[in-house]
Amino acid sequence: MNYLARRLMTFPLVMLGVSVLVFVSIRLVPGDAITAMLGTEAGLLTPDQRAALEAYFGIDQGWFTQYWRWLAGAVQGDLGVSVTFGKPVLDVILERFPLTLELALLSMVIALAIGLPAGIFAATRNEKPSDLAVRIFAMIGQSTPNFVFALLAIYVLSVGFGVLPAMGEFTPFLENPLRNLGQMILPALTLGFAFAAAVTRISRSAMLDILSDDYIRTARAKGVPARKVIWRHALPNALIPVVTLSGVEFGYLLGGAVIVEQIFALPGLGRMVLDAILQRDYALVQGSVLFIALNFMIVNLLVDLAYAMLDPRIRLGGK
Amino acid sequence: MTSLLSVSNLRVGFGRKPEDNEIVHGVSFDLAAGETLAIVGESGSGKSVTALSINRLVDFGGGRILDGSIQFNRENGTMLDLAAAGEQELTKIRGGEIGMIFQEPMTSLNPVLTIGEQIEESFRLHRGLTGRQAREAAKDALDRVRIPDAARRLKYCPHQLSGGMLQRVMIATALSCNPRLLIADEPTTALDVTVQAQIMALLAELKRETGMGMIFITHDIGLVAGIADKVMVMQNGEAVEQGPLDAVLDAPQHPYTKHLLSAVPHFEAGRATRTDYRRADAPSAAPALKVEGLTVRFPVTGGLLRRQTGAVHAVDGVDFDLMPGETLGIVGESGSGKSTTARAILGLVEPTRGTFSANTNGAARQSGKPVQMVFQNPYASLNPRLRVDSILAEPVIAAGGGLKGETHARMRMLLDRVGLPENALQRYPHEFSGGQRQRLCIARALMLNPSVVVLDEAVSALDVSVQAKVLELLVDLQREFGLAYLFVSHDMAVVERIAHRIAVVYAGQIVEIGDAASVLSDPKHAYTKRLISAVPSVDRRKETFEVDTRQVPSLVRPLGFEPEPANWQSFGPDHMARAEA
Repeated sequence: MNYLARRLMTFPLVMLGVSVLVFVSIRLVPGDAITAMLGTEAGLLTPDQRAALEAYFGIDQGWFTQYWRWLAGAVQGDLGVSVTFGKPVLDVILERFPLTLELALLSMVIALAIGLPAGIFAATRNEKPSDLAVRIFAMIGQSTPNFVFALLAIYVLSVGFGVLPAMGEFTPFLENPLRNLGQMILPALTLGFAFAAAVTRISRSAMLDILSDDYIRTARAKGVPARKVIWRHALPNALIPVVTLSGVEFGYLLGGAVIVEQIFALPGLGRMVLDAILQRDYALVQGSVLFIALNFMIVNLLVDLAYAMLDPRIRLGGK
Repeated sequence: MTSLLSVSNLRVGFGRKPEDNEIVHGVSFDLAAGETLAIVGESGSGKSVTALSINRLVDFGGGRILDGSIQFNRENGTMLDLAAAGEQELTKIRGGEIGMIFQEPMTSLNPVLTIGEQIEESFRLHRGLTGRQAREAAKDALDRVRIPDAARRLKYCPHQLSGGMLQRVMIATALSCNPRLLIADEPTTALDVTVQAQIMALLAELKRETGMGMIFITHDIGLVAGIADKVMVMQNGEAVEQGPLDAVLDAPQHPYTKHLLSAVPHFEAGRATRTDYRRADAPSAAPALKVEGLTVRFPVTGGLLRRQTGAVHAVDGVDFDLMPGETLGIVGESGSGKSTTARAILGLVEPTRGTFSANTNGAARQSGKPVQMVFQNPYASLNPRLRVDSILAEPVIAAGGGLKGETHARMRMLLDRVGLPENALQRYPHEFSGGQRQRLCIARALMLNPSVVVLDEAVSALDVSVQAKVLELLVDLQREFGLAYLFVSHDMAVVERIAHRIAVVYAGQIVEIGDAASVLSDPKHAYTKRLISAVPSVDRRKETFEVDTRQVPSLVRPLGFEPEPANWQSFGPDHMARAEA
């Protein structure tokens, strides 16, 4: 509990640092929101009109004042108004987030469901042909770019089976779960496949390490059957690197997957952030990067709590 | 007596082509029920492989039994050839009929499971117990190995217990199902001598209680006297000598057995101690190293704000001096502060208080680095990516000296002096054996021409025969260069052979110091007595030890705690001990 309190205390500090970095870096990009929004028509604006628009979006003041105003709002939950959407930033983010969260969760479930058993299997068949096959498969999975797999999946499904992935207007899960899953399964597989390859490789190597540890020998000397040696004695020890990797990948996915969202026409966080940057939508960029950073920190905290659950040396404090 | 185990012509190989990489070459022995066979040998002698072949754990380490049979008399009276048994049968025998304990109790228990879960597992597997019954059985098993407060310890995780306690847990697990045979593979090697004595006593007692047979594997022939009925000595995968205990110990036939026996200490008269230097005879020169009131404390923090709540008093007011040409052995058990003392003298740890001054011994020693160190593990203390010439040049460069012709001349001279060929300069550390690496470490320490060399467990990782040669080398170098050695070790047998004077360290303080012969043959402090009586000796046959469960006291003290000043009692010209409360 003590530990948790200390960790939570660092959250606001990190958020503050991230917000300053984003604030400065987005303003270092040349161009401004009004021009980006109106295009060539921006040239027709009278100075008064332009000033009014800038005041409306809160970009008429100096950087420091802008930042201070933004920060004051942010601590009260007001992240400002998006220039491109004309809506509060928080609303825009929360509209997109469920999709991104669902996609990330589905990918992780797929990755662990494939990667963990594959890695364990390969480790127990070390250097045998079946191990080699798993390793080659994992290597291909990790080195194939997302879009190649995505396009391949669409091609195989449409040409081979005559089924088209359910495109069109995105349906939230709660509205129509079946239709939603139909839309999500291909992108989730696309992301999950590469993720699974990484999980396979790391669980295989962790498992191999653990299997040569002394306490595994002890377990065997006690007469523990092979299957139980793997699941009860080796796996809990081998999970730590897998949890680390999954945490990082999951946190990364929560920031959105631009390419996959683009290919499957999904309105996720990734595309939104990209558009916001292109449009110089300062408020939206700031708000979403802050949101993504917060997600990452929460995921990291969960990873650390998972360590503590898995390993009593972390839970109870080492000697 | 009925035969329990009969091994004949066992041959074991490793790797992809086990025939080409044979480790055990046709070993045969018999073991009757209730009998103990000790297998003695150095690393690489094949003793562990032989043992692991019996319960076929060797299969999991990449080994294969090439030939021979292992006839085991099972509980139901049938004989089974374990060498040809299937995995399913073996799973029932392992843990149920053959128990095994290992060298490293710290790593041999699963860190994520509680002690209780790991002991219960045996009862679940072999006795079919579940739930409360299994828990009760586990508690009884812990009681049997004399672990105090067993019910509470069941909920502990391995990292919360000391090495000695963990080895008891291992023994409890191995004996949980009353196996007919216990294989103990160097069960006390990783433990302190006093803890070793406790574990040996426990094993001897449990053997009497249960009547099980035992195979006891060790590199220390001194240990077998207390426990074995028969001894088998192994070298390079062959049994070079075997017979009843008394015959092997008293009338060894093979030269290798004689050699092993010669390394066993005899403290009674301090016979084996060195006589080439005596304080009384030496001119009263300036000491090479003088340490006064050395104190090292590590802060202990607690609470949300990590305020300091106390301190670990690792070293508390240590005084001694060391003359040129003299060896001071610092002995003590793990956690006694002996290594911290050594590290503080080298500046690797910041001392809290106290002074030490090293005499650079006049103009001849210009390097200005009078103290150098040799570490315990020769495999870890040489950078694997550096060639030997770079390794030897490093201290010179670090001390600000350039690489000159004389540096190379000194490298070649030192390599020659430590007994390595000159072409060693162009090679990498992995091309050398453990003993050779330690010679390299010694050469490195001597590159700057120090007056004091700190040897922290410098030969502890080496086999007995290699140890003897390295010790000889150290003695020669000491005479040649007039070096003063600070020899830190837990191993009394080694200290006996290298030290002129001995300081016994306990809980961060020197409790007894004096010339080696007096301290070893006539110890005064209770702790020194306990330490010396715990050292295994071939003279004490089948002696029953008292099981002593005392632990080293906690060194964590509240803030501002100061120990009472020492009250020394003198026993002769150079021998004093701290008065006990």
